[in-house]
Amino acid sequence: MIIGTAKETYRADESLLTTQPQRVWLAIFAASLVALPFVVNDYWLYLTCLVAINVAAATGLNILTGFTGLVSLGHAAFMAVGAYTVAWLETNLGTPFWVNLIAAGLVAAALGILVGLPSLKVKGLYLAIATIAASFILHFCFVHFDGITGGATGINIPPLTIFGAELTTYFSLYWVIMPVTVLMVLGAANLFRTRIGRAFIAIRDRDISAEVLGIPLLRYKLMSFSIASFYAGMAGGLWAYFFRVVTPESFPLLTSIFLLAAIIVGGMGTILGGILGAVFMTLAPELLRYGVEWISPLVPNAGALLSPVRTVVFGALIVGFLIFEPQGLAEIIQRIRRFFRLWPFRT
Amino acid sequence: MANDMNGADLTPAELTVEDVTLSFGGIKALQSVSFTAKAGQITALIGPNGAGKTSVFNCISGFYRPSSGRVLLDGQDVTGLRPPKRAVLGMARSFQNIALFRGMTVLDNIKLGRHGHMKTNLLQAFVYAGRAAREEEELRREVEERIIDFLEIDHIRNMPVSVLSYGLQKRVELARALAMRPRILLLDEPVAGMNREETEDMARFILDVKEEWGISILMVEHDMGLVMDISDHVSVLNFGKVIAQGLPAEVQADPHVAEAYLGSGDPAALMKRLAAERAA
Amino acid sequence: MNPDFLFFIEVSLAGLGSGALLALTALAYVLIYKATRVVNLAVSEVLMLGGYLFFAFAAGWNFSPWLALPLAIIGGGIVGGIVERGLIRPMLGENPISVFMVTVGLGSILVGLTELMWGADPRTLPAFISTKPLFLGEAYVSRKIAVTFVVAAVAMGIFLALFRFWRGGVALRATATDQAAAYSCGINVPGVFSVAWIVGCATAAGAGVLLGAIGGISTTMGVFGLSALVVVIIGGLDSILGALIGGLALGLIQSWAGTYLGGEYSSVVTFGLLIVAIVIRPFGLFGTHEIERL
Repeated sequence: MIIGTAKETYRADESLLTTQPQRVWLAIFAASLVALPFVVNDYWLYLTCLVAINVAAATGLNILTGFTGLVSLGHAAFMAVGAYTVAWLETNLGTPFWVNLIAAGLVAAALGILVGLPSLKVKGLYLAIATIAASFILHFCFVHFDGITGGATGINIPPLTIFGAELTTYFSLYWVIMPVTVLMVLGAANLFRTRIGRAFIAIRDRDISAEVLGIPLLRYKLMSFSIASFYAGMAGGLWAYFFRVVTPESFPLLTSIFLLAAIIVGGMGTILGGILGAVFMTLAPELLRYGVEWISPLVPNAGALLSPVRTVVFGALIVGFLIFEPQGLAEIIQRIRRFFRLWPFRT
Repeated sequence: MANDMNGADLTPAELTVEDVTLSFGGIKALQSVSFTAKAGQITALIGPNGAGKTSVFNCISGFYRPSSGRVLLDGQDVTGLRPPKRAVLGMARSFQNIALFRGMTVLDNIKLGRHGHMKTNLLQAFVYAGRAAREEEELRREVEERIIDFLEIDHIRNMPVSVLSYGLQKRVELARALAMRPRILLLDEPVAGMNREETEDMARFILDVKEEWGISILMVEHDMGLVMDISDHVSVLNFGKVIAQGLPAEVQADPHVAEAYLGSGDPAALMKRLAAERAA
Repeated sequence: MNPDFLFFIEVSLAGLGSGALLALTALAYVLIYKATRVVNLAVSEVLMLGGYLFFAFAAGWNFSPWLALPLAIIGGGIVGGIVERGLIRPMLGENPISVFMVTVGLGSILVGLTELMWGADPRTLPAFISTKPLFLGEAYVSRKIAVTFVVAAVAMGIFLALFRFWRGGVALRATATDQAAAYSCGINVPGVFSVAWIVGCATAAGAGVLLGAIGGISTTMGVFGLSALVVVIIGGLDSILGALIGGLALGLIQSWAGTYLGGEYSSVVTFGLLIVAIVIRPFGLFGTHEIERL
């Protein structure tokens, strides 16, 4: 039970974590992130890296859709832009990986501003559909600008090299992917402690009033688009190093829907929500795989059921959360926290 | 002039609406409306429903662009400026139907008002070091010590605005407007829908803002009792035209005003109704 | 006749044929949007389901195609009714994006269920339209496309007439204008919602059978619905006329782009057009412009 928090300075009250238990939990979490690669097997390490990449991408989409209220169904296309940027830089210039990753973010951000331009005139569904259109047009570019993108066959990417060492195992890649993701999530959390984050939320809640209160809508909507695309580009760059090949089919519309579903399930407009959603949605299909393995002695041809069952469960999760738990997993966590705050004096 | 960083020395601004006409298609919502809100005074804009008061406000804050005429802030023509520019120049406004941001706490809503005066850029925001941390701390201190204390809303500062009563929401809106470092405050029906007690609180706050903060105030209000009690100057609008202006007492005695409100040009009847309203 | 010109005419006729199908699918979007203000992305999957239901009745149970067709349409309508009552009614009044995402999730569920029932491989429908070529003057038209055009045109005509003259059509228009006012005038608004979803989904299922008859069925044929969504965005989400004209126009444009620029250009032209349309006229060519307020 927490009785109260006494802060002596305004700075202390403005800090990211305001209670002792929060700090303790975060320390435990950080320690387990460090310990994880030493305890789990290669398959789970692979999944963890994939989760981290999806967390980075979902956090970006959350900034745009959850916090600024601009719905995008084209987020995967920006991941693709990032992946192609890394692939092209690696194969043509051979620049260091951190330069490539940042370049991936920046190229995606520049395109994001372009795609965000319609957001000045339209919002809501129309914007969502415009972003679908943009992602189809980008897909066309990936196939047809074959001088840069390698056309339909795509580009193979050499392994990530750091101080002359090639990182080819999941274990070694983990030490690049996880820190980058952690930094990106921390950056996003910081963003919403400042005027820029407040401006985004204001635009989501009442855009016209926000303008009268001194927030230039054009600049901030485009800024949100560019930040979200930067995150997607970085995540796509990590993805490229992880899978080592990128083709036009690497990031289909379904990936965009997946990311939007992740922030819906996790909780839109909270940093924690983006993380929880990405973790949950990436791991849920794996749980199904265990389920199918478990029933396979009883049901003939159970393996063939896996893919359609995943599709059904994916849709059912979106529908179920929207109808029954629209604030997502983050709200469930909050409820649990509220319960324990007064525990054991109130049940 | 207003000092940007630590400016307690806000000078009140004078706002002039000059010959403003606003038409939607063929309908003229405003016809050459002119009036001045003098520096350091409370000016009230009154008139029957549909007279065009909120349209005037929308022209002043830049949401509508007048078809002709000018809006001047301390003599500077702001007619062509976008709303955020006007906000930075010192125009702060509250809204008729509360426009708080439901997804934020009271504190964040108030902080948002300062947006245009802050300088944190994207990179600083991501690392939350240097200017970002310093600015946020300064803002927090000022909001706590000057605004939250002054408006007596310290007990609700960490609540989400959606759970507050109507009267408190209006007060948070005023707090947010004050955080904008205004030199003139535009209040659109600050006491609409409030009970007697809440109205009296708000009247006290408005007077204090004028006296202690030295801010000019322009307000649209239906509550005639409040208007007559606290304003220094009253302009009356009817059918998009200014039909009378002057001291509250003069306006009350004007037969045009009585006609606009009651349909008959008898100031005595208007006085009687005001007295009845006040007693209620 | 000049052979180039003849070819152009043939390409255009084929475009009008698929345009009629686009218009019919677009109508499903418009009906549902007008009544409930929901953009139902699952129209695409109901269209696919219509094709598979027809396949199940006609090929699986060996029903005559003329029995299987109405059964498939009724099946689509039943799905629409269940979805409206079960998923959409509880979401009324929620943020439109949330409801839109519910229909996206629903689409995924329908695709998964279809794969579970019939597998993921593409199938061809039993032929029920003769393949004998048809000539309009000198121009060759595939008989399937011609039949599709006629069926779609008749269906659209019936809809337009019902909309104007039938009481239910008037109720739908009243609901579209102002739900609360319609309700207080004694119109059974929830009933209108159900009927719109049933009829909309039935229409989509019918369009799915026609589309399947031309190109076969697969679980990815729902992509066609995305083109129809482009039609409604360009034509105006609440405009039947917009769906009609937009559908024919997009059919022509896709056909021309596909023939003269190459097949892969037809989607890029479609979506390029969509972005231009959204930026220039966000509420569509024939849609209602909603004024924004403070």
